[in-house]
Amino acid sequence: MSGSSLKNSIGLVSPQTVVMREPLTLACGIMLSSHTLVFETYGQLNADNSNAILICHALSGSHHAAGFHEGDSSPGWWDSYIGPGKAIDSSRFFIVSLNNIGSCFGSSGPTSINPDTGEVWGASFPSLRARDWVESQRLLMEHLGIEVWAAVIGGSLGGMQAMRWSLEHPEKLLNAVVIASAMKLSAQNIAFNEIARRAIKSDPDYCDGDYLQQEKAPLHGLALARMLGHVTYLSDELMGQKFGRELRSGTFSTEKTQPIEFQIESYLNYQGDKFSDSFDANSYILITKMLDYFDLARQYQGNPVKAFGHAQCKFLVISFSSDWRFAPSRSREIVHALISAGKDVSYAAIESDMGHDAFLLPNNRYEDALASYLSRVADGLDASIQAEGDQT
Amino acid sequence: MILDIELISDWFRPKSRVLDLGCGDGSLLSSLKQKHSILGYGLEIDPEAISQCIARGVNVVEQDLNRGLTNFPDNSFDTVVMTQALQAMRFPHLVLDEMLRIGQDCIITFPNFGYWRTRAYLNLRGRMPVTKQLAYQWYDTPNIHFFTYNDFEALCKERNIRVLRSYCVSERFLDRQFISLWPNMFAETAVYHLTKL
Repeated sequence: MSGSSLKNSIGLVSPQTVVMREPLTLACGIMLSSHTLVFETYGQLNADNSNAILICHALSGSHHAAGFHEGDSSPGWWDSYIGPGKAIDSSRFFIVSLNNIGSCFGSSGPTSINPDTGEVWGASFPSLRARDWVESQRLLMEHLGIEVWAAVIGGSLGGMQAMRWSLEHPEKLLNAVVIASAMKLSAQNIAFNEIARRAIKSDPDYCDGDYLQQEKAPLHGLALARMLGHVTYLSDELMGQKFGRELRSGTFSTEKTQPIEFQIESYLNYQGDKFSDSFDANSYILITKMLDYFDLARQYQGNPVKAFGHAQCKFLVISFSSDWRFAPSRSREIVHALISAGKDVSYAAIESDMGHDAFLLPNNRYEDALASYLSRVADGLDASIQAEGDQT
Repeated sequence: MILDIELISDWFRPKSRVLDLGCGDGSLLSSLKQKHSILGYGLEIDPEAISQCIARGVNVVEQDLNRGLTNFPDNSFDTVVMTQALQAMRFPHLVLDEMLRIGQDCIITFPNFGYWRTRAYLNLRGRMPVTKQLAYQWYDTPNIHFFTYNDFEALCKERNIRVLRSYCVSERFLDRQFISLWPNMFAETAVYHLTKL
């Protein structure tokens, strides 16, 4: 950990683990008698427990959103936006970031032990919906003594959770920040996810999902799935700028037999391998299916205006110009449904050539919009504490 | 111009749905919310203005008015308002049609290019007017359509737009003495409340 990277950083953080003893009945009908959640918190809860923010991670995210773990050289996945004085300001908010169930960073999921059988869950971990994550997050909320979130914030699949929160527990959040997200996946989105799943399942070491029991791992298939995903999270422009047609090894001059490798090939292979070492294949299959199944308005006759009619919070929606997985037009659908439903919403369409990954990366305008919004939220909380203080 | 904002702020109905096209820093919507508890949304493309709106708690949606407003259904707002921006539209007459389609009624304010000081500037100096209200050089200005009070009156007649009320305003005391006699000459800004015929 270098000195410069500590500027505006939360610094060292350590995760906590809690076992939820309350049974959780999942959307698929299966009940988890108990489940484990790993989470981190940044900042301090204020006098009336009103300044809590929930961070919802996306497909491959974890509880480690900001700061550094002991011995790590790189910070959490959203460190650019979470920290003292940053857009999601840990000096004003109490920020909660958890690893959701079904994922593989310590919370109950395919790599954990099924308490009912004593065996590892593996591919038998029940199928999940975004609402299951919301319910499990609500249990964590109770555990932490929080009654209302000042904001629920997430990008991509995280934004879907924020929207789901606004419909499932409208009275339990004041603001939803929905970044680079959509009310449901397109056919093309589902297609990419299915290719990824098939890549994993085609790996001989996948063993029909029972690879953990057989002490194997479909590393090759998972790497392939990640490489495909990674390409769709970047934009053509960005890949062109970053890699172009640069060669990592070999040459095009004649009479040379050395094999040629483009920079982009080497980069993608590296990213794929790095990912398959840290993520679980069954989790990847489970969570991509969860993305595919998400349809915000399904239970409201497919009518998003009717769906958002249930929301009580204010919304901030943000999209990125070069994001073709969750394009700006998908965010505009959210915004227009909210306007038709008469809800408070602001929308910033950020210019960026970083593709879908833009929501994770530094960008002045994005930062400014998010910071302006949340700083007003914090001012409102301060004012209401002040008013209560004056009354007593 | 502050006069036009003061004038129109009482034209909005309490708790009505208001769409402000080119809402700038959101000051109009913010004051309408305080005064009349309206549910307002502003459309804007300037990033700095958008941040200002967000910071003061005004609903703002990033959208380029020149790319159309087809995403807003017919009669989805009580009032659609546009202050000092019609002259910056690519096709002002089409924007006007859209405003009347989306709103039950519309409120528009615009700088009158027929105002005597603007005329004098062009006539005597022979250069495109750069005034307090039109503070840009001709080659670098958002204002691409200059029109007068009379031009707008004619457009409303042509397009069967019903004028509920209109006012001509000027910040100068002397102008105000003649404004009702010769609005096209003495109005700095024109203010219209319109609806479909």
